[in-house]
Amino acid sequence: MAYGPARALPGKNIKISTNPDTEPFWLAAKERRLTACQCGNCGHFRMPPSPYCPECRSQDKVWPDLPGTGEVFSFAVCTRNPADGSEYVYVPVVVALDGTNGVHLVTNLYALDADDVEIGMKVKVGWNPIQDGWVLPIFEPAEPA
Amino acid sequence: MAWAHQDKTAIVGIGSTDYYRRGKSWPRTINDMAGEAIIKACKDAGIAVTDLDGFAYYSTAGAGYKDKFDTASLMETLGIPHVGFSASLTSGGGGASGAAGLATAGLMNEDCKYVVTVMALQQLPEHRLGVVFGASAPTPENSFLQPSGLVGPGHLMSMLARRHMHLYGTTRDAFKEIVQATRLNTQGRDKAVRKNPLSDDEYWGSPMLADPLCRLDFCLETDGAVAIITTTTDRAKDCRHPPALIHGCAHGGAREWGRAFAWMGMQDPDFASSGHKFVADRLWEQTGLTARDMDCAQIYDHFSCMVLMQLEDYGFCEKGEGNDYVLSGAIRYANRNSVTGACPVNTHGGNLNEAYIIGLTHVTEAVEQVRGDAIHQVEDCEFALSSGGPASLPVSGLILRRA
Repeated sequence: MAYGPARALPGKNIKISTNPDTEPFWLAAKERRLTACQCGNCGHFRMPPSPYCPECRSQDKVWPDLPGTGEVFSFAVCTRNPADGSEYVYVPVVVALDGTNGVHLVTNLYALDADDVEIGMKVKVGWNPIQDGWVLPIFEPAEPA
Repeated sequence: MAWAHQDKTAIVGIGSTDYYRRGKSWPRTINDMAGEAIIKACKDAGIAVTDLDGFAYYSTAGAGYKDKFDTASLMETLGIPHVGFSASLTSGGGGASGAAGLATAGLMNEDCKYVVTVMALQQLPEHRLGVVFGASAPTPENSFLQPSGLVGPGHLMSMLARRHMHLYGTTRDAFKEIVQATRLNTQGRDKAVRKNPLSDDEYWGSPMLADPLCRLDFCLETDGAVAIITTTTDRAKDCRHPPALIHGCAHGGAREWGRAFAWMGMQDPDFASSGHKFVADRLWEQTGLTARDMDCAQIYDHFSCMVLMQLEDYGFCEKGEGNDYVLSGAIRYANRNSVTGACPVNTHGGNLNEAYIIGLTHVTEAVEQVRGDAIHQVEDCEFALSSGGPASLPVSGLILRRA
């Protein structure tokens, strides 16, 4: 079956909310910087960001600039726009982020044919402006097809 | 070491409403349907509704995902004079089989004498479970999930299925076999929503909802209610039917599976699993049994792929061999005495084919199997397994034993 091009979901339909634990991730994304929550004590990465490090219970957090690349850990192909049910090919993906010992980000792949997505594929971050001035990190192939 | 409360409690009554396709139960209400299931379960047990004095819920006492059960309201509705135990397992459908263990906790603590576990759901358009994540307002936590367009549980599980296919060579043929094999078990079952055998063409023609899963890999969306009554084995002697002894029951899970439905943070091998291994290991430790001792298995089947992964986690086959195990015909009722290692799965048709009442139908089928009055009865059924979840923790499992 041929799905054709995978698209980013329309940012005008996407809304997020933040709290003090998660906001640094989104503030970095607004500046087109990909980060993840890292323990300031033991260095363990965790996503989504949470108040304690599950490894050492430290509340110290750091937000390093990551390379912005990663690897497809798993994915699905969907064909209906969640906002209105219209035909719309998009690819939800779990990306293992480079520079983090494999912490996962749940996001979308775009700028490729959905039929060509493979586990293990190298991807790089792109940016999708969404509601309220926030920016969502999404991913495209690291190397053009 | 054997569980201290092994065989000391039993499920003695089961009851259910008709099963309706999503939204079709209106103008009935949730408490109307819950009440019918409870009254029928009491009648099946041979006790009066006024004998009930305990409530053991799961899914955080949810009725579906928007409505909530309230013990005081049910007492008022049904005229239950007093209650000594009212508690729920947390999270969602993962607790479906474990609620019998919660009931056991109340009974063994002598808080109560007859405990009801009830689930009812009514999926009016604004209450639809299949798109529950997409429809909810974004919290700071699900802001890391919802924007990806993973709108419901099946979309999340498709990610697990894909990883399983990648790691172990699992095929969609195995998912098809799970749906087809369990569909056959709804024949002769008047209340089942889907009764016609499922052809290959029909399966392969089913639209993909979240590739690699098609619509027929997703369970039904059903309205209806189911209730079960649990009491002590001593009191069970006065009930109408032979008791279904609670031989082992566990809920919980390991951190690596965690908030699986809302997180996707698991690494290998937990990612492509059902998250049930912790509970499975506890059950086998409680009972000294293994999967090979089970005469049937009622496996929570919200999505076909998760049946395969549970079969692995419970040890019906090795990890990564679910594809070949299923394709050997081992889960078919008709093959129970002819295929090596066979164990009939979802002899009622399951969530995929009979009805989706958030997993409580799996418990009622396990009860019928060990008391010998199932529609597709397994001969000489001594042990029946039922499971709840895969979902965010806790998930659960239950082993019933013939009295």
